[in-house]
Amino acid sequence: MADLLNALAVAGKSALGFQAIFFALLAIGINVQFGYAGLLNFGQIAFALLGGFGIAISVSKWGLPFWVGVLVGLLAAVVLALLLGLPTLRLRADYLAIATIATAEGLRLLFRSVSATPVTNGTRGLSAFNGDFIALAPWNTSQRYSILGTSWSGGELWVALVGWVLVVLGSLLVFALMRSPWGRVLKSIREDEDAVRALGKNVYVYKMQALVLGGVFGALGGMVYAVGTGSAVPDQYQNANTFLAYAALILGGAARVLGPVVGSMILLFILQFADTGLRLLISNGIIPEDLLSSTDVAQIRFVLVGIGLMLLLIFRPQGIFGDRREVMLDAR
Amino acid sequence: MPADPTPHGATASGAGTTGAAPQRLAQAALRDLPWEVGVAKPDAAVVVDGVTRTFGGLTAVSVDHLEIQRGGITGLIGPNGAGKTTLFNLLTGFDQPDTGTWSFNGRSLGRLAPHQVARLGVVRTFQLTKALSRLTVLQNMLLGAQGQRGESFFRALVPGTWRAQEKANTEKAMDLLRRFKLDAKKDDFAGTLSGGQRKLLEMARALMSDPQVVMLDEPMAGVNPALTQSLLGHVKDLREEGMTVIFVEHDMDVVRDISDWVVVMAAGKVIAEGPPESISQNQAVVDAYLGAHHDAPLTVEDEDRVLAEVEAQIAREEHGGTAGSSDSNEGTGR
Repeated sequence: MADLLNALAVAGKSALGFQAIFFALLAIGINVQFGYAGLLNFGQIAFALLGGFGIAISVSKWGLPFWVGVLVGLLAAVVLALLLGLPTLRLRADYLAIATIATAEGLRLLFRSVSATPVTNGTRGLSAFNGDFIALAPWNTSQRYSILGTSWSGGELWVALVGWVLVVLGSLLVFALMRSPWGRVLKSIREDEDAVRALGKNVYVYKMQALVLGGVFGALGGMVYAVGTGSAVPDQYQNANTFLAYAALILGGAARVLGPVVGSMILLFILQFADTGLRLLISNGIIPEDLLSSTDVAQIRFVLVGIGLMLLLIFRPQGIFGDRREVMLDAR
Repeated sequence: MPADPTPHGATASGAGTTGAAPQRLAQAALRDLPWEVGVAKPDAAVVVDGVTRTFGGLTAVSVDHLEIQRGGITGLIGPNGAGKTTLFNLLTGFDQPDTGTWSFNGRSLGRLAPHQVARLGVVRTFQLTKALSRLTVLQNMLLGAQGQRGESFFRALVPGTWRAQEKANTEKAMDLLRRFKLDAKKDDFAGTLSGGQRKLLEMARALMSDPQVVMLDEPMAGVNPALTQSLLGHVKDLREEGMTVIFVEHDMDVVRDISDWVVVMAAGKVIAEGPPESISQNQAVVDAYLGAHHDAPLTVEDEDRVLAEVEAQIAREEHGGTAGSSDSNEGTGR
């Protein structure tokens, strides 16, 4: 029983930690792009990579202040969104999907390549760039604090606090935008571009704005991740993270303000709970070692999440916050 | 509506009618024009000159000269594949022609994007209705309003800048919805409406933009007869309000009922134009729809020739039949 409580506490910490914030910010961005505007961005992690490395390179390589690094990361994300959008947003939706997925993988390979080593440190990545930020914490960051049965370092707590503030502000921004006429145009574009064009709206500009806004959220997510881990390694930014963020969004409910946030928390909770729980069962001998060894757990938990998502899509396609009637309208 | 020349015309419903007889100014203005292709109209809103559009080897549209009378209802008819929808797409910026110029109120519309054309006051509907399914009926309507301050990204964040305008637009939208009898559905998703209601919604949404020219692509297609009458009434209302209406339609009763002028297209060209009553007598139109020689009378010589051909064919078949039977005889003999 104590073990179970402990597993729950560990999973709870994971659902509140910087990784959940990372996925939440990624998913908020995808929600703006995919949920509201209908844009298929399959390379959200590329924006996160630029955000994370924006800080890392600025601080550890160029010796700039932390906050300048944040600006560099955001600017890089905006530039990437413009570069991706300019050629593809006039075309059908699939072109953006192809361009973004290729860019995400391409950028990661570029950042870990030998020729980029002078700037990015190649596969070893950069570290020691978050000192300025951690120093801003109002409490002692070298001490450990116990919250809800789990132990947090002062730095972890500070990153989580600032991260969740970002998530809340981002959600408020999305909320304000989506109830405005601007959001109405965006949702209409998702439904039918040509109808919106025929009513005198410049669809291209709106799609570009949505792509940039979503990319900025992605960059913020990458920053939280880089600051949280204290390092920026290109291989941390695998494109699988984009799809996990999509999973979080669909779990929570697309085109809902809180969908991506709650979805990310639940996703991280399940992943961590499956991990600790399975290890617990194996070490107690409830699951025989020949059936499942503790080294397999890391993979098996993703299988479990996959099965869970399949069940969700069958029985609750609208996610947690979605409106079933609204989702079923598309199944005409 | 005593002055309505057609007995089965729907009475215009709602706000558009004031009880006065409809003023068919355009019809009167067009009365004395010759019934010939490319004739100049007294007050043309839209002028098309030498517009061609080819898709590979196929010339979809090749219009030498066409003028559309302001304030009238112009019907655009023609067999399938005549280029009607392509012409619509060209006029509204959804497609760009290979050659030619076209203008609205004397302002060239060449190389304009669809949204720019719409902002000038030329708004269209689509053959396959484009209701925005996962938006409510009211939201669909509000999208149609032009010059909305809240549609700019930064001003959207300050509700004070667009609240009042939004309220005014909502009132206007509700007025239109009442006129189109959709007000009870304002909070329903547009995707739950029937096909006919979607057509109504699309037309109402187009009107939200206060257009000067309304282009309707098959507004009656797939709509039940009762709703057709109501739709017809609404189209007539547009004329009452001084809008220029261009519509594509296949139902000739509808065309005859509401058009002031009819333009007939076939194989990309305008082959005839004139008031509705002139069209059914026009030889080019009959040929385009039914083929050139479908009802040419037979002469005595022709009759003899056809008879001889048929007899020869029968004789051939009989010969073939005996040959066939001898084959089968051989088959059984083996």
